[in-house]
Amino acid sequence: MTSPLGKDLLGLEKLTAEQIGLILDTAEPLKEISERTIKKVPTLRGATIVNLFFEASTRTRISFEFAEKRMSADTVNVASAGSSISKGETLVDTARNLEAMKIDMVVIRHNSSGAAQFLAERIESNVINAGDGTHEHPTQGLLDLLTLRQRWGSLKGRKVCICGDVLHSRVARSNIWGLQKLGAEVAVCGPRSLLPSAIGEMGVTVFDRIEQAIEWADALNVLRLQLERMEGGYIPSLREYNRVFGVTRERLDRAPKDILIMHPGPMNRGVEIDSDVADGPHSVILDQVTNGVAVRMAVLYLLAGNSPRLAEAAKGGV
Amino acid sequence: MTPSRSVVLNARALERTLARMADEIVEQNDGTDDLVLVGIQRRGVHVAQRIAAVIAAREGVEVPRGALDITLYRDDLQTVGPRPIVGRTDIPMAIEGKSVVIVDDVLFTGRTVRAALNELADFGRPARVRLAVVIDRGGRELPIQPDVVGKYVEAQAGARVDVFVLEQDGRDEVVLETEPVA
Repeated sequence: MTSPLGKDLLGLEKLTAEQIGLILDTAEPLKEISERTIKKVPTLRGATIVNLFFEASTRTRISFEFAEKRMSADTVNVASAGSSISKGETLVDTARNLEAMKIDMVVIRHNSSGAAQFLAERIESNVINAGDGTHEHPTQGLLDLLTLRQRWGSLKGRKVCICGDVLHSRVARSNIWGLQKLGAEVAVCGPRSLLPSAIGEMGVTVFDRIEQAIEWADALNVLRLQLERMEGGYIPSLREYNRVFGVTRERLDRAPKDILIMHPGPMNRGVEIDSDVADGPHSVILDQVTNGVAVRMAVLYLLAGNSPRLAEAAKGGV
Repeated sequence: MTPSRSVVLNARALERTLARMADEIVEQNDGTDDLVLVGIQRRGVHVAQRIAAVIAAREGVEVPRGALDITLYRDDLQTVGPRPIVGRTDIPMAIEGKSVVIVDDVLFTGRTVRAALNELADFGRPARVRLAVVIDRGGRELPIQPDVVGKYVEAQAGARVDVFVLEQDGRDEVVLETEPVA
């Protein structure tokens, strides 16, 4: 038995446009389940999923948990934030322990790039990357793609600009790969100190001024400015950042066309995005949150059952 | 040897069959009060729409319709592969206390209907649920029986019965294909 996605979802870089399309096509009808009085389908009954979060997360973890529960999976949350877990050996140990407990899937968030793949190569269970270091956050990328596709029908030829701290952003990386595969043009905009030096090699346009980005784009994906970046010396001050790169009502009013505003959350209102933009008519930020659950349900559905152990059990009888 | 192929119902015959099914549904329900038609994706949805059109023409009543995609309720998801495409479920009305007729093209093992009943129960508690199918080909693996049948077809286990509908297949026809005898 094969899943069209393979065993794991580690990132969008390795997926084809067809695979991404399949996930989005599957997510569409799954949105309806969350509208029901009984928000549950029996699809993953009996499957055990471990949400392994080595890094703080509210939205992503809750979204995954909703998705898992709405598919009837049994879930266990393991939060290791705050403990002295370091990469490498500890992950191997964790993997071995998980395997010993006969689980079916692992959703992992980790502060080291490559952690999800590291785990995926060592356990038979399906692994879903819920964000690994500054590498990828594929389900966030997918929910962004779904949100745009719902508005536009197709992403072909559309222009999307990712604004802010691209350097440290796994969301940016997943977005760039996903958007390009679906035929969109991608640009980035932010202070040069927060853009990777080799960003040009990813085939994206670079804007130094947010006004240029707004004039060019059909949609802005405004990234969260990690407050610790200021201490790191990447930007002079939050006020300065807002003045130069903030997405404000005044700037949007000068946009030549309707523009969609996305934000992966959590927002720093008044820093990278102003409140009247976040809550305004251009914003699709809450659509993103709704779509996040559907996209994660789709990924669970498409990966589940692709684990060798379940396939073995299935051979025993119908 | 090529499989033998025979037409069970041509376009005209299918039309008559659907009209009779519509009459039987209204008759069994003693009118159209509280009647709701729920088609199973995908051809059952088209069949339900045809039946609703007949009822509208004869009774002057638009019967509410819904669609069920039972993929997520299948009992064989662990064994089939690749993952079946998920279709759209759309139950736009409250089914609580209603007289629901599940509509599908072919009734075979009964597993699809089992899944549909489970899914329907997640939307509410109808006063009554009936089953209407264009073709009953026998071969049940569960204790499920239809209330309204377009046509019974004796089909061997390896045979195929396909209901083709204009909306999806570009033609109206019911075809039986039997496996070659080895």
